[in-house]
Amino acid sequence: MKFFAEIIKDGFLTLKLNKMRTGLAILGIVIGIGSVIALMSIGEASKKSVQNQIQSLGANLLTISPGSQSQGMVRGAAGGRTTLTSEDASALEAKKFSAIKTVSPEYSSRTQVISSQSNTNTQVYGVTQNYQTVHKVTLSSGQFISENDLTANSKVAVLGPTVVEDLFGDSSFNPIGQSIKINGQSFQVIGVTKAKGGSGMSNQDDQIYIPLSVAQKQVFGVKYLSAISLEAISQEEMTRAMNQAGYFLLERHKITDTTKADFTIRSQADIMSAMTSVSGTLTGLLSGVAAISLIVGGIGIMNIMLVTVTERTREIGLRKALGAKKKAIIYQFLVESVILTFSGGMIGILAGILTAFVYAQLNSSLFAISVSSIFLAFFVSVAIGIVFGWYPAKRASALQPIEALRYE
Amino acid sequence: MKNIIDLKNISKIYTTEAGKTIALDNVSFNVKTGEFVAIMGPSGSGKSTLMHILGAIDIPTSGTYLLDGENVENLDDDQLADIRNRKIGFVFQAFNLLPRTTVLQNVILPMKYGNVPEENREPIAKKFLTLVGLQDRLSHTSNQISGGQQQRVAIARALVMNPAIILADEPTGNIASSQAEEVMAIFQKLNDDGHTIIMITHEPDIAQHSKRIIILKDGQIVSDQLNYQYRI
Repeated sequence: MKFFAEIIKDGFLTLKLNKMRTGLAILGIVIGIGSVIALMSIGEASKKSVQNQIQSLGANLLTISPGSQSQGMVRGAAGGRTTLTSEDASALEAKKFSAIKTVSPEYSSRTQVISSQSNTNTQVYGVTQNYQTVHKVTLSSGQFISENDLTANSKVAVLGPTVVEDLFGDSSFNPIGQSIKINGQSFQVIGVTKAKGGSGMSNQDDQIYIPLSVAQKQVFGVKYLSAISLEAISQEEMTRAMNQAGYFLLERHKITDTTKADFTIRSQADIMSAMTSVSGTLTGLLSGVAAISLIVGGIGIMNIMLVTVTERTREIGLRKALGAKKKAIIYQFLVESVILTFSGGMIGILAGILTAFVYAQLNSSLFAISVSSIFLAFFVSVAIGIVFGWYPAKRASALQPIEALRYE
Repeated sequence: MKNIIDLKNISKIYTTEAGKTIALDNVSFNVKTGEFVAIMGPSGSGKSTLMHILGAIDIPTSGTYLLDGENVENLDDDQLADIRNRKIGFVFQAFNLLPRTTVLQNVILPMKYGNVPEENREPIAKKFLTLVGLQDRLSHTSNQISGGQQQRVAIARALVMNPAIILADEPTGNIASSQAEEVMAIFQKLNDDGHTIIMITHEPDIAQHSKRIIILKDGQIVSDQLNYQYRI
């Protein structure tokens, strides 16, 4: 250990003597490691933000939707979409399965909504009071659909903030007590949900909630459901909840062949993995580019080390004349090259974190550090030093003292 | 007196595309403890080759070489390195100090390769730097001191491993004549203290500091005489 401590100390001294060259040599490694860290951290952050977004949709959420996963082309047929009913949902709830906490039957459809001032086309959800807990809906004012509203078939509605803005011209407008028309029928606004953000299909701010019974019987005239959402009692129990609900529904629907099931159960994990795989591919691709720049950086180190060996032929010869064995010379040059790549790696890690941080600030997105990438960078930079330092070190050690001393 | 150097029928033949060059032709001689030998000869006489073989940085084509009782034949690079480290103190014409490195560190260098315990290195280095009169230049770097001083550092470096022999290759060739005298005075003092010295030179008045002069010509010894004009 002492032997290496000494070589390392000498290595630092030698590299300090040639600051310019040392700086240029490590630049390639700094850029390589820095971009790996930056990309992986940005990737990590985007993965986290997707996770957060999905978590916000409701933790431990399972969604049963009508129609089969495996029917392929036929799947789109409308008839296949009517297989889930309110009775399925009530039976599921009545069973009180150990892994299932809450059952939320839902019917949703896009329709025209009119207020006294304006109109919009939005997604209307027929829900029960359970929807609020399963999907973690929070209100900025008023209240959510209650059990009473369902039994009394009350024509009440809870609006998302985007709908409020579309219908009343201003999202800060308090619409509670106002009357709106959904599919031609009058509803009284009783609550407004808090803005959650999100976009596209899953924009929960652009939705209206009304009692399920009213939606099915009076507004849309259907008997089936578009989905049943389940909340499992915990993340670990998701699979069990999925099985309990799945086998129960198969039995209820008198289906013995699981591949012919007329419904599909998906967990958050499925959706999450689909969403993260996209950003994962991108991160992988960019990391590949960064890896190439690392190799280029490594070759740069090798180049500098070879120049160093040639430049220091006399010194190597002298050291050998004074009694340096092959190993001592190999270690000396290997250690120098590892110091180069290692310090390049350290600076690169800092630069990468800084880049990811600045990126997060500029895009007002999440900032996360990919810890695994730091460990990776650490070992990769050392490995590059050894791999690309080996050849120059070997060449230095093979120099004959007599040649070296003659060299001018 | 014991033989420190025992050369028997040493030949060195370089084979190049142009043909064979005989650098040393059947050279034999002994050097005993406490001698101060000057090796002289015109350029191309083989004196540098002889120096390299004596210094175990080159191996002869044929012949035997016993250095302080150890046979320097059939040794691999690492074993030769070890022999050089323990038995030989080199003083080169071009000093060959590590650039931009302190005087003290330069002198410590052979001890690093010789596994001298770390705590002993500095005291030993300081002792020999005092001997050559550079005790107040310890933290100067090698390019901050004069040629004569650099050569004195090199002499201190040659002494730290307590070698059997000091090999000096044109030690005054690169320094001003006033400083050359200082350097030679150190060699003489070392010899008086019992060190065995072999010195290559082509300057007759430098050779006069030695006790024995060997003259080479075309790879052969043409003269090997005690130097009666040895200056005291």
